[in-house]
Amino acid sequence: MKQKNTTPLPKRLLDKFAPTFSEGGKLSWLHSFYEAMETFFYVPTDVTKKGSHVRDCNDMKRTMFMVIIALIPTILFGMWNIGFQRIDGADFTIWQNFWYGFWQMLPSILVTYVVGLSIECAFAQIRKEEVNEGFFVSGILIPLIIPIGTPLWMTGLATAFAVVVGKEIFGGTGMNIFNPALLARLFIFFSYTSSISGEAVWFSDARTGATPLGELANTGTTNVSMLDAFIGTIPGSIGETSTLCILLGAIVLLATGTASWRTMISVFVGGLVMGGVLNLLAPADLTGATEVQKYMALPAWQHLLLGGFAFGAVFMATDPVTSAQTNCGKLIVGFMIGALAILVRVFNTGYPEGMMLAIIFMNALAPVVDHYVVQANVSRRNRRAKKTINA
Amino acid sequence: MSKVIKLKKGLDIKLVGEADKSVVELPIGERYAVSPLAFEGVVPKLLVAEGDKVMAGDALFYDKAHPEVMFTSPVSGTISAVRRGEKRKLLAIEVAADVEQTYKPFNTNLATASREEVVAALLESGLWAMIIQRPYGIIADSNDTPKAIFVSGFDSAPLAADMNIALEGDMKAVQAGFDALRKLCGKVHLGLRAGQKSLLEGVEGVEKHYFAGAHPAGNVGVQIHHIDPVNKGEKVWTVAIQNVAIIGRLFTENRVNMTKTWAVVGSQVAHPMYVRGLVGSSVADVIMPARIKPQSGGATFRIIEGNVLSGVKVSANDYVGCYSSQVSVIPEGGELELIGWLAPRLNKFSVSRTYFSWLMPKKKYDLRTGLNGGVRPFVVTGLYEKYLPMDIYPMYLFKAIMAGDIEKMENLGIYEIIEEDVALCEFVDPSKQELQALVRDGINLMIKEM
Repeated sequence: MKQKNTTPLPKRLLDKFAPTFSEGGKLSWLHSFYEAMETFFYVPTDVTKKGSHVRDCNDMKRTMFMVIIALIPTILFGMWNIGFQRIDGADFTIWQNFWYGFWQMLPSILVTYVVGLSIECAFAQIRKEEVNEGFFVSGILIPLIIPIGTPLWMTGLATAFAVVVGKEIFGGTGMNIFNPALLARLFIFFSYTSSISGEAVWFSDARTGATPLGELANTGTTNVSMLDAFIGTIPGSIGETSTLCILLGAIVLLATGTASWRTMISVFVGGLVMGGVLNLLAPADLTGATEVQKYMALPAWQHLLLGGFAFGAVFMATDPVTSAQTNCGKLIVGFMIGALAILVRVFNTGYPEGMMLAIIFMNALAPVVDHYVVQANVSRRNRRAKKTINA
Repeated sequence: MSKVIKLKKGLDIKLVGEADKSVVELPIGERYAVSPLAFEGVVPKLLVAEGDKVMAGDALFYDKAHPEVMFTSPVSGTISAVRRGEKRKLLAIEVAADVEQTYKPFNTNLATASREEVVAALLESGLWAMIIQRPYGIIADSNDTPKAIFVSGFDSAPLAADMNIALEGDMKAVQAGFDALRKLCGKVHLGLRAGQKSLLEGVEGVEKHYFAGAHPAGNVGVQIHHIDPVNKGEKVWTVAIQNVAIIGRLFTENRVNMTKTWAVVGSQVAHPMYVRGLVGSSVADVIMPARIKPQSGGATFRIIEGNVLSGVKVSANDYVGCYSSQVSVIPEGGELELIGWLAPRLNKFSVSRTYFSWLMPKKKYDLRTGLNGGVRPFVVTGLYEKYLPMDIYPMYLFKAIMAGDIEKMENLGIYEIIEEDVALCEFVDPSKQELQALVRDGINLMIKEM
């Protein structure tokens, strides 16, 4: 009787190709890729050697995967909204709009992953390290925050820039200063301003019109209803429009403890406070007021529903690597992100989206904030030492 | 009762295989051994050769850097082997025990003895090695006078021995031990668990402090931090509570009697229980009464001297040292797990709410030794500090150690911690780094540079 092979198929395949990818094998230069596949299917069988003999079963893959799960409502809604925002989008069924958006978005998802993961694998190969999971998140965030019609070559280039300059030159995941996904958007924003500038860039097809933030920057007011802005049936980049779906993601991130509530909540608080201050400073009578004065009068809470504010607060500001690393620092950096985002929006009409700049700016400042928080701990320790010497 | 120090940070990992209250006394075994490797930073200089006769309490070797610190035999008998490893590194000195034990006499009257006489008695008897200095977690320097001596009266680690059982019938020795410590330093602190009856309540002449909270509340380092923290330039000493009793017996019995109690625990132990025997007993002898469960289908187990968080992996042929009070036996990991990072993993434990352990706070786990993931750089923040109940930023300290930055290490609290204090940080680390080994590297660098 033929003996049944009990080894599961993925394991058999992995074992079969192991020699090809190992040192001396034909494809040994793709070893890091093989290893990534191997650890994707099977948890490494390594056991502890010393120190803590048992370990928590959480790992980086699980942690990063939670972010992807939290993004699912936003991704699905975003795809539908691409279709819906077409000039005749309202004439189609939900499914038709969704499929339209799906096929629009899929190429850019594929391009980011292929470009980003190739670079990650290459660097892992050179450093003889395992491929880090960080890019699984960055790779989906990039298509969600760049304009829909961005040419694929531009997406690819921006991804490459974000991964190489944003991450690898600092030493890879965990060492980077700036949020890689935001760097990709920043790259497009500043390098190809002319080809993608103007408020029409957020649309896929022939439809013209402005994003609410564009309108606000130009006229100081918007006609978008706040209910639409909350649900997300407004123009904007794929991920950012639906505050509702973003909040669903926020619940997943906070309930699982994947993202820091300190950062997230303080961004919203910062936005509300700055919005409120501007409300107070705005002239009471808006007749004949300038655009900026009108923009200042926009109720603070409405800021949180518009543009990339909520998306940035929930998915970008909370990146553990580039945000502050101390609990106190998280509160400060979060608050500053929220406040700065509104400040840039209202006063710098050249950059309708203040969130991106605020987060990148605070990414740069986060280590400074942390430094002072940690320094306070050092001072406490030194004071304590002095006290005992004097006692 | 004095003020209770409540610790909010920490974690109790509930494991199967808790010891029942029975205590088995081991008869004198065939072979005992002392391993210099068990003593951090000691470079041994051998004093005996194979075939020599020794009494219990006779010196076997001393520390090259501190020739006054002797390491003595727990039993009388014949030196049966001097085990050496690569480059003739001294691994263990084995003694074949006599059936009738003889003891080297010590005659120090604790009531009248001066500090110098107590120190001399401890050095000669080999019990000085039980006094550990913080910073660094190394054997204390007998020329120092510490700021204070700290003893933790309870162990909060997973499946830890209950000191009320370990110390039962031994309170006279414990009191004598504390009296001896008070000769060394006027201030002796004893940490007790709040709301738990302890034999140690009766100890006199010490300052008692009560701690409430999860592990590592029983770690002496955590207690020091909350009672009278170690500052730069200061030294405090610590002694494990069972070793206080062994020190006490030097004065009550006038001999070296290294009897202590181990909790033999873990899911792979057939009858988890307490075993009382001598320091230097073979691991096999200590485990014998409790027995290891038969393993099926090629499964293997790991024996750990100490707890699962900060103990040392040993084999049955090794010997238990003087610092441990439990032996844990758990299953080895390394099983194939298809897309495990995505699975619900109901039988594994995690502090992360991406798993379901938080819904089952009473559940006891049978944890294996698997790493459960690949090693990564630091990514997650805010996690480590939840499991180190001290005013320290662990990740910044770890990074300072990685960078070898002495000044930063000093400023960030390297003097206050040893490996066991960061064991929980290592346990929860989703980046799977060896943080305890890292802390030891940092400490060794400090010792070298300072």
